[in-house]
This record gives sequence, C-alpha cells and structure tokens, in this order.
Amino acid sequence: MDLTPIYLTLKLAAITTLLLLVIGLPIAWWLSRGRSFFKIALEAIITMPLVLPPSVLGFYLLLAFSPQHGIGLWLQKTFDVQFVFSFKGLVLASIIYSMPFMIGPIKSALQQLPASLSQASYSLGKNRWQTFTRVLLPNIKPSLLTAIVLTFAHTLGEFGVVLMIGGNIPGVTRVASIAVYDSVEQMDYHTANVYSLILFAITFVLVIAVFIFNKYQLKSPLE
Amino acid sequence: MISIDIEKKLKSYRGQHILQIKQQFAAGSITKIYGSSGAGKTTLLKAIAGFTSPERGKIIVNDVAWFDTETKINLPPQNRMAGFVFQDYALFPNMTVQEHLEYATTDKEWINRLLAIGKLEPFATHKPEYLSGGQQQRLAILRALAIKPRLLLMDEPFSALDPESKTVLINELKVVFEELRTTVLIVTHNPQELDRLTRLEINIS
Repeated sequence: MDLTPIYLTLKLAAITTLLLLVIGLPIAWWLSRGRSFFKIALEAIITMPLVLPPSVLGFYLLLAFSPQHGIGLWLQKTFDVQFVFSFKGLVLASIIYSMPFMIGPIKSALQQLPASLSQASYSLGKNRWQTFTRVLLPNIKPSLLTAIVLTFAHTLGEFGVVLMIGGNIPGVTRVASIAVYDSVEQMDYHTANVYSLILFAITFVLVIAVFIFNKYQLKSPLE
Repeated sequence: MISIDIEKKLKSYRGQHILQIKQQFAAGSITKIYGSSGAGKTTLLKAIAGFTSPERGKIIVNDVAWFDTETKINLPPQNRMAGFVFQDYALFPNMTVQEHLEYATTDKEWINRLLAIGKLEPFATHKPEYLSGGQQQRLAILRALAIKPRLLLMDEPFSALDPESKTVLINELKVVFEELRTTVLIVTHNPQELDRLTRLEINIS
C-alpha cells in the first residue's frame, strides 16, 4: 500500500494552512476595518473560489503559470521556478482556493468585537500591533481555530484545482483525492477505499475537535 | 487648561444635527457634562480622546494642540493618552483584573493601590465575565486611572453602582484626582447626579 498520496495531502494542507495564516491575518484585520470600494472588490475576489468551479480556477492558474508565456515564462527565466505540474504549484493554488476559509471567519470575528476594545487599548498608549496581538487576537480564538481547521480540511478535500495545475504525478502532485479518483478509474476499489477512509477519518476527527474546543459553536465560513 | 472649540455632524434617528462645543476646562477641575440622549455627550468625549474627528475646530490640552483643522493636526489616541471610561466598559475578556492593570502600567505599587480603591483585591485573578456589573464598572475606572492620565474622560461611569459603593468610590477618587492633578470630564444623563464630586457643569443639549 503506497501511502505517499496521504503524506503529500497532509504536507500540502499543513503548508497551505501555515502560509495562509501568515497572509490571512493582516488581510482579515485590514478588511475588518471600515469599508471602501477597493476593500469590497478585494473581498469579492477572495470569496470567488467559494462559488467558482475549481476547474475554472485551475484552468486560469494553468494558463497564468504555464512556462511558455507571461508570468510563468518570466518566473521560469528569472527564478527558475515552475508552478505548473509541481508541488509549489499545488501550494499556490491551494492558498488561493482556501483563502476565503481562512479570511472569512477571522474577518467577521474581528468585526464583531466592539470598536471600544481597540479604542481602550489605544487610549492606554498601545500601538496597533500590541492591540492586535494582546487584545484582538486572544478574543477571537474560537474563530481563529475554526479558520485554521476549515482551511486545513478544505485543502485535504481539494480535487479539481489540484488536478488542473498539478496533474497526477506520483510522489509530486498526486494527492489523496486524486489517488482515489485514479484508483477508481483503474477499478482498484480497495486502494480507493483505503485512501477515502483515511481522509474521512482525519476530517471527522478535525471537525469533532473544533466542536469540542469551541463548545459546539462551529461557525460557518460565510457567517 | 483644556480648550475645546469644535463642530461635528451627528446622525441620529431624528436626522442630522451639528454638535457645537466651545468650552474651557481649568486644569484639575472636575466637570459634569449632561444633556438629553443623542445630544452628543459621548461623541464629545470620543473627539477629545481621538477616536473620532470633528469636521472643524481645535482641541488644545495644556498648550499642546491635539486637534486642529487649520494646521491639520490630529494626534492619534496613543499620543493623547487620555484616560477613558467607556459606557460599555470595554473590558478585555481575555484578561484578568490584574492583567488589565498590568497591560496599562508596570507600576506594581500603583496597581495595588488601585485594586484597593476599587475593592477588587479579592478578584484580581478573575476575568470580567466572572465579575458583577458594579465590579466591571470599577475595573473600567481603575484601568483608565492606571496610566495616571492628566485628563480623564468618563462616560456614565457610576451607572452600575449602588448608592453606597458609589459614595465610597467617589470619595476615594476625589483623593486620587487631586493627587494626580487630573482634569476630569464626566458625562451623565442625570443632572442631579454627582453634586458631591463636581461643582462645574455644562449642558450640551
């Protein structure tokens, strides 16, 4: 039994979640403060992957990063980096695809905190960074955990976007969801079943953990 | 000496009106600000603290311009460091009583004294959700005092206290205000209130 697809999936989900946490926190904070047309447009773009067919997103990513032209060519020439059919490409696609799951819950949690919390901290002479790390973040812990777990779980379940940009290269881009599809294509139901069961179990444990930690208050990412 | 001359548009269910305040407050004075709901009492305090900006005017505190539309000065709240007691307390749910004060100041002795003034020593390790309304309100006052502010802005600061603990607290606060030479503005909706603490009052309705 080859467990590489499971390992690849977990690695992809872990890296994506970590990077998205770093990218997502400042964006969510920025989006939670006031409204402007630019913010609405950016939020719409971040939210798009929720409703767009993953294959559409994957198709455009494939075009954009194809090493024959445009950004892909430039990246290839300047940095010798190729996103298409590589693990890096999977990470990039997953970051874009799972972004709403990280940013959505954090943004709405920050918005629900009363403005007076930040103001109180500012009036004590604390700057924005101190206020964010000592006052805002600790008070949105449940939503933060929800965002992290949803992002991780959602990346585990990616299929279309990953297939489009990564293909099905064993040990490189063949993650568990693709391995399931591939096994079924080859009538190897036993292998498909093993991968599926493992994914099922991991996801179930994750969601249960959030429910327990957040005392049955799992929030929908669109809330 | 604090000199305020500002204009700010206010939106309420009755439509728009303009809050106009031209007022001076002597250093170390305690002033009661009253007026009907929606008159702009809270907005005035927030404008002084730097949480909101008036459309026009000046706020000069001890000869320093905090806000001036002519010279485009608008100090951030961090540089104004006005003590602020929020009407909704704005306590930090993640911090204990002690941690609230430690977040504001490193002066251990001062923290202990404040805890004594607010009668919160037995609750030092409690988070706000485990405090009564009155205790929460006292913590909000203590936190604002922790930075030893030259100017203290209080928005309905005694509303959750019973008459007896209110009298005790006010007597303690009087001493602290005098010690720190703090100028205090207290917003209240009830003009009959706080006569023991303040002699000055303005009505902004």
